Amino acid sequence: MKKIHIVILVAIAAGIMVLLSFMGDLSTYETLASARQKEGKTVTVITQLDRTLPIEYNPAVNPNLTSFHVVDSLGNKARVVYYFEKPFDMEKSDRIVLKGKMKGDLFEINRKDGILIKCPSKYKDDPKAAYNNLSQN
Amino acid sequence: MDYIGEHLLPGQLGHFLVVLSLVASIIAFVAYFKSTNAKNPDEAVSWRKLGRIAFITEALSVISVFLIILYIIVQHYFEYYYAYNHSDKTLSAKYLLSSIWEGQEGSFLLWTLWHGVLGMILIRTSKKWEAPVMAVISFAQICLATMVLGIYIFDLKIGSTPFMLTRNQFSNAPIFSRADYLSNITDGVGLNQLLQNYWMVIHPPVLFLGFASTIVPFAFAIAGLWKKEYGGWTKQALPWSLFSGGILGLGIMMGAYWAYESLSFGGYWAWDPVENASLVPWLILVAGIHTQIVYNSTGHSLRATYFFFIAAFLLVLYSTYLTRSGDLQDTSVHAFTGSGMNWQLRALVFVFLVPSLWLFIARYKKIPHIAKEENSYSREFWMFIGALVLFLSSVFITIATSLPVINKIFGTAFTIGEDREFPYNRIQIFVAVVLGVLTAVTQYLKFKNTAKATFYKKLLIPTVIALAISLSISIWGDINYDKFGLGFLAAIHLAMFASVYAVVANTGYIWSGLNGKLKAAGASVAHVGFGLMMVGILISSSKKEVLSMNFLNPLNFGPDQKEKGVENLTLYQGVRTDMGKYWATYASDSVTQKGKMTYFRIDMERKDGKENFPLYPDLIKNTKGQEGYSNNPDARHYWNKDIFVYINYSTKMQDEKDTSQYRSHTMQVGDTIFYANGFMRLDSVTANPVDARYKAQAGDVGIMANLSLVTREQTKLKAQPILFIRDNKPEHIMDSVYSQGLSVALAKVVDDKHIEIRVRESSQMVPFIALKVLQFPFIRLVWLGTVLMVIGFFMSVAYRVRLLKPAGAERAPRKKEPVEPAQELTS
Repeated sequence: MKKIHIVILVAIAAGIMVLLSFMGDLSTYETLASARQKEGKTVTVITQLDRTLPIEYNPAVNPNLTSFHVVDSLGNKARVVYYFEKPFDMEKSDRIVLKGKMKGDLFEINRKDGILIKCPSKYKDDPKAAYNNLSQN
Repeated sequence: MDYIGEHLLPGQLGHFLVVLSLVASIIAFVAYFKSTNAKNPDEAVSWRKLGRIAFITEALSVISVFLIILYIIVQHYFEYYYAYNHSDKTLSAKYLLSSIWEGQEGSFLLWTLWHGVLGMILIRTSKKWEAPVMAVISFAQICLATMVLGIYIFDLKIGSTPFMLTRNQFSNAPIFSRADYLSNITDGVGLNQLLQNYWMVIHPPVLFLGFASTIVPFAFAIAGLWKKEYGGWTKQALPWSLFSGGILGLGIMMGAYWAYESLSFGGYWAWDPVENASLVPWLILVAGIHTQIVYNSTGHSLRATYFFFIAAFLLVLYSTYLTRSGDLQDTSVHAFTGSGMNWQLRALVFVFLVPSLWLFIARYKKIPHIAKEENSYSREFWMFIGALVLFLSSVFITIATSLPVINKIFGTAFTIGEDREFPYNRIQIFVAVVLGVLTAVTQYLKFKNTAKATFYKKLLIPTVIALAISLSISIWGDINYDKFGLGFLAAIHLAMFASVYAVVANTGYIWSGLNGKLKAAGASVAHVGFGLMMVGILISSSKKEVLSMNFLNPLNFGPDQKEKGVENLTLYQGVRTDMGKYWATYASDSVTQKGKMTYFRIDMERKDGKENFPLYPDLIKNTKGQEGYSNNPDARHYWNKDIFVYINYSTKMQDEKDTSQYRSHTMQVGDTIFYANGFMRLDSVTANPVDARYKAQAGDVGIMANLSLVTREQTKLKAQPILFIRDNKPEHIMDSVYSQGLSVALAKVVDDKHIEIRVRESSQMVPFIALKVLQFPFIRLVWLGTVLMVIGFFMSVAYRVRLLKPAGAERAPRKKEPVEPAQELTS
């Protein structure tokens, strides 16, 4: 057997190990209901901000606690606690992707990057806003 | 309707030139194609002539289109949607330029512009490879021209034109029913504040030059397959692939620097899909450069070279699709949202993927290779291993980044787990270990075979020095990043050694291997830069520290999670607050002239008194019809660390006015009134008070109420409002109790026993901010390493160009032409 074959075998073995361990790191997209079934396991949920309830962030009391309510595509609701500052553009988000753990009815996020806010877009512009802007003139 | 005041000429001219560039690139492609396949040399030359004329026409039209857009933006012709939507009158000249690449159309134009420029250089320099290489580039120009075409063919929208008129974009807006609508559009929507940054002026052009330049090695590879001169192009293409590696690397790291300087992700690299999408082509390209050098010197690894250069360009196209199609929206912080051009972006990938892979697979067997395997003590063997590791690393990154695409195709729902970065870091740290050691050792090996004794002898000193340095970093450097366990910490130390080894061994090689001949030392310099960058990444990431640890009012989550929820510190204006080694004070804030930015002055004082300095992070009011704010960090740079600070909340962000009102209470001495958080008692009233806040004048009559407050927490506080009569007019001096959000006034004397006290309670008496402060040690090594690496690349470009020169135009076949299998004449 040639050296290069050994190298390729080693590479394939390493590749399989890497992929297996990577699969272990993966989580899946869930709904709030299915996340409740997997209490204590890290899940990813695509949700929207429940605008009927306020976002609670009172930095005078604690700058490291944000709490808000979300609703998922099936209409389930949950309260979310996030142990960091309130992300800047939360109010105008159309979707919020959460990564964290469900504890009873509470969704807990322990990492700063556990929230991904999706706005109409930071880079692309909002054509609606431009339209409104023009219509006001 | 005739609209008043519109400037339609630039748009019409621009649109004409876009169409012209499309037609010219089609002609150039056909002509170069014919020239490549022509049997008769005269025929080839005449087709080539036509191809040149067509391509130069194409390139000049693209350059003109670019200049016309710039003209429209600079002149503020808001009748054009591009100018209206991406710029406004307040932008300074350099940001008017970045308005061009804020939109998709502008960035596609930038890309074709660079293709045009590179193509014109290739026409002058690529000699006998001109026809096939330019045919490939012309084909790319056809595809890119359709991206900015903006026409409909049977309801199918092809491309999106930058010359769209505002009134066509929103044709049903009522404003356009008036002929003089332009007089009502006084200003544009403006440029996204995040892009109003110096680095955003220069990063996109450099990155796009990097993307555009990957087509050159790709085109040479295709040309080699096409002409069946499999090994003939590799020397000539070497400066190009080196150039591409250097400029793409520079572009990527400029983006990283921008992210570090102006985004508050807390770092320069986050394994964000958009970042990965540009890193992967670079890794593959670098792998290709190494196998290309191996082939030039030994005849090995030609097939790998083909594969890498073809893959690098295809991955650039794939990354264009990933970042612009909107398929990454749920995973990336800064991907574009969908633009309605998805089918076209996918088609762009496939029109290159299918023919180039078909050509590669069909001719794979004919690509010469050496059956005898490489010697273990040869440079080529280990260079190939290095290229393989780079390739595997990028396969992993590609799979992880493409999860949304994989989900889309297979209907699965996978996503990276809670920690977005660790799954990458855990793998790439071992890649760093292997690459570091290979980078250090391989230069000491000679091509073909190396005498073992001299190899070990030469390598001994650098190895000892590297061990000494990395061990002292490991022992005294205080690297104890145990968040992911001891295994990962050990890997960090191992990677530290490998990176230091790469730096030391390559520095040493400039003397021991090249006798200090700097001209030829491009590779060593680039490798030193790479090693330094790795050292910088390892130290700055593993020793990154949150300075603003909040131990005043942290949440208690139990001993196992003691660092949760403590990264922001609340600073009240004017209150000196404990921040670890520092005292921090929120001194003041100021709003810029245009009212878009609020700067905060934070005074930092070292507790040991050695240093104090102000920092000015700011909040930016979002433009472009979006509400709210973005934060923009400030940093203090030291030679060995950066202190990095940003605002996460400010009472200034609260737009609503304080609506709380005063409530009146008639009191006499001894009376008690309640407020939300406690009560207050009127202890006494002082006539003609002596107080710092009040300077008595002749004829004044003044009284002061002495109130004592007891808060809910049983803290005792005081309030002393003053009332005085001067020139028959009552004047009030209120007293504020900041900690209780109270403002207390003595309104009037009711009768000889009673006074009226007014109390206002408000939640926002004192301005405050929530601040995060990070420390990145030795981050300068990352930037220094990058600069060195890029310099190394360009030294190599210069060296390789010089090596090519004396050989002349049509060079004789190389002496060491690898053995080619007899070609069968089937076509």
